[in-house]
Amino acid sequence: MDAIILQILNGLDKGSAYALIALGLTLIFGTLGVVNFAHGALFMLGAFCAVTLNALLKTSYETIDPNKLDFLGNPAKVETPYIVDWFGPEFGGAMIEWSVPLAILFAIPVMVLVGLVMERGLIKYFYSRPHADQILVTFGLAIVLQEIVKGFYGANPIPTPAPDALTGSFDFGVLLGFDPGSIIYPYWRLIYFLFAAIMIGGVFAFLRYTTFGMVVRAGMADRETVGILGINIDRRFTIMFAIAACVAGLAGVMYTPINSPNYHMGMDFLVLSFVVVVVGGMGSLPGAVAAGFLLGVLESFASMGVVLNVLPGINQIIIYLVAIIILLTRPRGLMGRKGVMEE
Amino acid sequence: MGILEVKGVNKRFGGLKALDEVNIDVAEGTVHAIIGPNGAGKSTLLNCFVGRLEPDTGTVTFNGSSLLNRQPHEINQMGVSRVFQTPEIFGDLTLLENVMIPAFARRDGVFALDAWSRVAGAADIRDKAVAMLDDVGLASKAESVAAQLSRGDKRRLELAMCLVQDPKLLLLDEPTAGMARADTNRTIDLMKEIAKSGVTMVVIEHDMHVVFSLAERISVLAQGTVIVEDEPSKIKGNPKVQEAYLGGAHL
Amino acid sequence: MLGLDNRDMKLFIWVVCITVLAPFILNPFPAESELAQFNAGYPDLMQRFMIFGIFAIGFNILFGLTGYLSFGHAAFLGVGSYAGVWMLKLVSMNVIPAIIISVIVAGLFSLVVGYISLRRSGIYFSILTLAFAQMSFALAYSVLTPITNGETGLQLALDDPRILDSASSTGSIPPTNFFGIEMRDGFELALGPWEFVFNFGYYLCAVVMLVSFYLSMRIFRSPFGMMLRAIKTNQQRLRYTGKNPRPYNLAAFVISGMYAGLAGGLMVAMDPLAGAERMQWTASGEVVLMTILGGAGTLLGPMVGAGVIKYFENIFSKINDALLYEWFSAMPEGLQDVFVFLIHPFIGKGWHLTLGIMFMLVVIFLPGGVVEGGQRLAALFRRRRQSRETDGPAAVKDATPAE
Repeated sequence: MDAIILQILNGLDKGSAYALIALGLTLIFGTLGVVNFAHGALFMLGAFCAVTLNALLKTSYETIDPNKLDFLGNPAKVETPYIVDWFGPEFGGAMIEWSVPLAILFAIPVMVLVGLVMERGLIKYFYSRPHADQILVTFGLAIVLQEIVKGFYGANPIPTPAPDALTGSFDFGVLLGFDPGSIIYPYWRLIYFLFAAIMIGGVFAFLRYTTFGMVVRAGMADRETVGILGINIDRRFTIMFAIAACVAGLAGVMYTPINSPNYHMGMDFLVLSFVVVVVGGMGSLPGAVAAGFLLGVLESFASMGVVLNVLPGINQIIIYLVAIIILLTRPRGLMGRKGVMEE
Repeated sequence: MGILEVKGVNKRFGGLKALDEVNIDVAEGTVHAIIGPNGAGKSTLLNCFVGRLEPDTGTVTFNGSSLLNRQPHEINQMGVSRVFQTPEIFGDLTLLENVMIPAFARRDGVFALDAWSRVAGAADIRDKAVAMLDDVGLASKAESVAAQLSRGDKRRLELAMCLVQDPKLLLLDEPTAGMARADTNRTIDLMKEIAKSGVTMVVIEHDMHVVFSLAERISVLAQGTVIVEDEPSKIKGNPKVQEAYLGGAHL
Repeated sequence: MLGLDNRDMKLFIWVVCITVLAPFILNPFPAESELAQFNAGYPDLMQRFMIFGIFAIGFNILFGLTGYLSFGHAAFLGVGSYAGVWMLKLVSMNVIPAIIISVIVAGLFSLVVGYISLRRSGIYFSILTLAFAQMSFALAYSVLTPITNGETGLQLALDDPRILDSASSTGSIPPTNFFGIEMRDGFELALGPWEFVFNFGYYLCAVVMLVSFYLSMRIFRSPFGMMLRAIKTNQQRLRYTGKNPRPYNLAAFVISGMYAGLAGGLMVAMDPLAGAERMQWTASGEVVLMTILGGAGTLLGPMVGAGVIKYFENIFSKINDALLYEWFSAMPEGLQDVFVFLIHPFIGKGWHLTLGIMFMLVVIFLPGGVVEGGQRLAALFRRRRQSRETDGPAAVKDATPAE
């Protein structure tokens, strides 16, 4: 029992990332009718917003401290971050320490801007082109974005730790009445899950309870009619694209302490997120979220030693296997609507 | 006994009864029109003939064999061709290719892996297609791409695609919808010729001019049931028909 | 002739001439000159042109004609190359059995994948093929290690049985051969400062590619090919026309899978090594790219796309900063730095950036690919010349239909 709970918990963080990316993909597909292969790159850009902020905050100048000697006996060079100079060692140090959560504030404007530029500069021209063209041009864009990041940060993963205060683990075992230490879960993963839940809830609430959201939902259901009603949906869809970019970006920011970001993390997640979207049902937001968590947890279960003993290698293929089975038994995915992406 | 027999066909969409105990009997070699106000279930009925929809109960028999639980391509191979309400053609291909494809389908059946033979080598198919295009007045455009045609020409192309198969039964869903009067008259003449050659036709039509110049028998459909089936001359004065069209009691 | 009409025959003869003379054409610069790095006439690269050309020609039969976008075709190439290496290991170093078994195994595998994936269309089909390919990739790395040799890749060993070959006396692994002609062999020709390499392996690839190209031409011009194009434009109509699209799609899928297997077989015939990375989705993406870049649905396009991408991959990744400084040595120093700085991100390891940009530009401005772009350009010139000759409004001719 405790092992099962542990696996569910382990699946939640990856599932959260899948769900957040799939949510953005579905928003873009549902509103703009565009299959966005660059969405993984947005996730990656978000992660590198955290890396960039961390690097910026750590920008230092060198001084020679006459009182210290390095191991060769020369006067030691001491690097002092500017930020420490400006705000004092306590507050400045804390800012560096908390750079990942701070990066959320930094990433929001950046991702919104990236989203706007992308939609106005490129995606807009592909609304009426075939899906194959959309896939291809955004695929090209994804390559360009990841190569640019690679040019700046190199090919190696860049560790970007969470604040010390949040690096510990939480003992669920005690909470649930099992032996202490049986279900240990890192704080940050818990935070990631909560963060994802809040983001998802926020997006749903936004769509549900605001006029803006209502128009967007109406547009997702029937774009033409909403256009006829004299509502400028194009502008709203642009904003929607920026929001989707932001969701992906923030998902990336918060993911950095779980896995050190590298330039191709976006592509890795994109392929799986697409599978998630299709399993959930093209165009269904609840479907995307549900499938994200479902596949994340399934993947985690498949990695259990007991399972691997019976079915070696199953952890590598479980997501694809489930996708194949679901697509063959439920043609439109778990919650897909009729007439979406069908000729 | 007719070539197409529809007996006790029912079809429900959720709570809506789209077809209610529909019985129609189409005699071989005749033009049978199905008319009725919007939403009467005409297109639904036609969809039950070609394998697009399956009725909940009832039978549809063509030439003695059932049309139910069959794939669209099987039904076509039995000799049933259909012209759709919005023209369904191969937009990216030339008119000639558009007509050659159904001709190949008639000759080779449902599937043929003839990857080695040449389209250019099939002179008989080509000649037949050209002749057909000539019949519908599109021969001069044989090499242009179908998507560029006007709506009326697209309809005529689709008709040619059906006729080249020498169908036993031709189903037409509003063949003159959206056509100018001159075009409509040309289409009527064309269909009269087709009728003369002995092809059985079932026509759904709103334009009464078309219906009364073509049909030999008319079924009037209202709210999913056939209220009258008779000769054209007797349909005109039928009070039931007027009621169905004008809303009867409400007026 | 050969069942092709005049225009197609002319095209085919052109392609034959270019492939036969490729060692000359691809080495236009003298061996010692600074421009020699732009030469592409060495065996390894020329073989790759042919092999990826075959891969893309096959992919085009599926994607170009039916419009079904498969994101898992690399799996067939990968499976084909594993089968090929096993044939080399177990039976003979003669490449013919290896190539044949590659085609058969890839064909069978694509029959299974196609049968299941083709139950869906559109993006659902793409995701299904992607899922199968990624599964094959993951399994090749994990459970199937006894067959695939995991991350190391499947290689030949000295103690392989090779039951048809007589025991090797040299104490090293014998090279792959075609009835005794070694694939790595060839001869060189020096004409003044120019050097040309004629490699047997390349010519085997070239012959196979030409046969593949000829077959694809026949398919394009056959009633079967016409039905495939009909599927792309209106599958629904085809159904009501008495044709069942499913077996057509499946046949196209299996044919293109066999082409991929053929490419995989040739790959191991030239270099007897097979690794799982060949099956990854990026490899599938590459063949999509080649086909689109050249022009999906055109005869020549896929080959052009394969050539362009493989050439640029090779050349761009070879250029480095030192070379750039050499090229711009005529400029004043400051300007030189600026130019090198501007070009630097696009060369060497940055070649993927160039690829991505090239790719976007093609999709944005040339949706029909390079071949269609060329045709449009040619039509433009023809029209201009015509109007100049007649000195008046010339009859505007329709652009030639895609070859």
